[in-house]
Amino acid sequence: MDATVSTGTEDSVWGGGNKPLGASYGKMMMWFFIMSDALTFSGFLVAYGFSRFKFIELWPIADEVFTHVPFFHGNYPMYYVAFMTFILIMSSVTMVLAVDAGHKMKQKSVILYMFLTIIGGAIFVGSQAWEWATFIKGDYGALETNSGRILQFVNAETGERAALADFAKTLPEERVKHQPSEGIWFEGEGYKTSYSLNEVVEGFKATPNILIRTEQLNEEGEKTLLDRKQSLAKILEANQVVEGANLVHNEYGHRLFADFFFFITGFHGFHVFSGVVINIIIFFNVILGTYQRRGHYEMVEKVGLYWHFVDLVWVFVFTFFYLV
Amino acid sequence: MAHEHKLAIFRGLLKFKSNTQKIWGVLIFLTIVTTVEVVLGIIKPRSLTHSFFLGMKLINWVFIILTLVKAYYIAWDFMHLRDEKTSLRRVIVWTPVFLICYLIFILLFEADYIYNVFKDGFITWNF
Repeated sequence: MDATVSTGTEDSVWGGGNKPLGASYGKMMMWFFIMSDALTFSGFLVAYGFSRFKFIELWPIADEVFTHVPFFHGNYPMYYVAFMTFILIMSSVTMVLAVDAGHKMKQKSVILYMFLTIIGGAIFVGSQAWEWATFIKGDYGALETNSGRILQFVNAETGERAALADFAKTLPEERVKHQPSEGIWFEGEGYKTSYSLNEVVEGFKATPNILIRTEQLNEEGEKTLLDRKQSLAKILEANQVVEGANLVHNEYGHRLFADFFFFITGFHGFHVFSGVVINIIIFFNVILGTYQRRGHYEMVEKVGLYWHFVDLVWVFVFTFFYLV
Repeated sequence: MAHEHKLAIFRGLLKFKSNTQKIWGVLIFLTIVTTVEVVLGIIKPRSLTHSFFLGMKLINWVFIILTLVKAYYIAWDFMHLRDEKTSLRRVIVWTPVFLICYLIFILLFEADYIYNVFKDGFITWNF
């Protein structure tokens, strides 16, 4: 059935058939969806701000967390995220160019620009997957105290972070495997680290140039470094080794940081992914000439709005997760 | 969609000849803003990280304002709000802006209160 029935009452405001606010029905609904989605994302980001203000003195420093670039070794804070941001803005540009070509009814250009947009989206999602993998794997390793605070290690001579592998001892201890017969309820082995707590503590005691860094931020906005004596006292509070990040433990600092990172970038990544899927559908429709026959490319414009919105959200996620 | 495009940005300071040209112009502007943000984030100038305005570091104000500038150009030129009717634009922009400001105000104040409870209260949470 044709959705746009001509009733002959186009000139009367309440008679139907006209476009309120100069936007077609589909476009207006896309805008309403975007508004509600924007509020959802703001809810998440403000919740992140809530947790951060609650633990303002010990929140992880993003520059120390996201320091990796694929295929390069070393410490490069932010470069990769900046690259991801640029890719997303770039794919936004090709999307506007596709909309613009659609207005001029140039099917060939719409196909090309839609294709480039899809490639950009795919690169972005891939980069995000890599970023997640790096974050989950972790790099230096840390200890967690009874209250869930994180103790990290620093080499006193170079002032750089020390990995657990740099000083942990290998002790002739046997790891006892948890068996189904041992417990009332077998829960699986759970978290497995490359060193036991005992190995890290013994190695720490035997290496005098390793110091402990707590989560507490000092007046300079840096993490507090304990001296050797304080460090030796502090390490007694540790109750487990943490490597990498997941929803329960996070070697980079407060566990809520990891939780919000997974949740917000995950939700955004899911938006990018569905944007790519919708773009592909529209891309094939363009190739088949659906919109050429329809006489207008408004469908491209509507997915374009969604795609730009994804870019818009990323601009905010970038600021609040990586910069501020 | 109105087929005529408004081709001037920066309140008429910069005029473009065609819509395509305007898109590339906005891209260049957004790239410059992002680069400034990243450079500031890497070097962290002391003058910005050690001065405060309304309890927040000056550098964070710079980041947030630059983000809003970017958001404005994405919405106005990429999502072509600039070409829409003023009434539609106001409905789309002011409704979320009002709700988000309220949300930020109420949650951040509450968080700061909880921070103070943790700090001055009789609960040990760091052991």
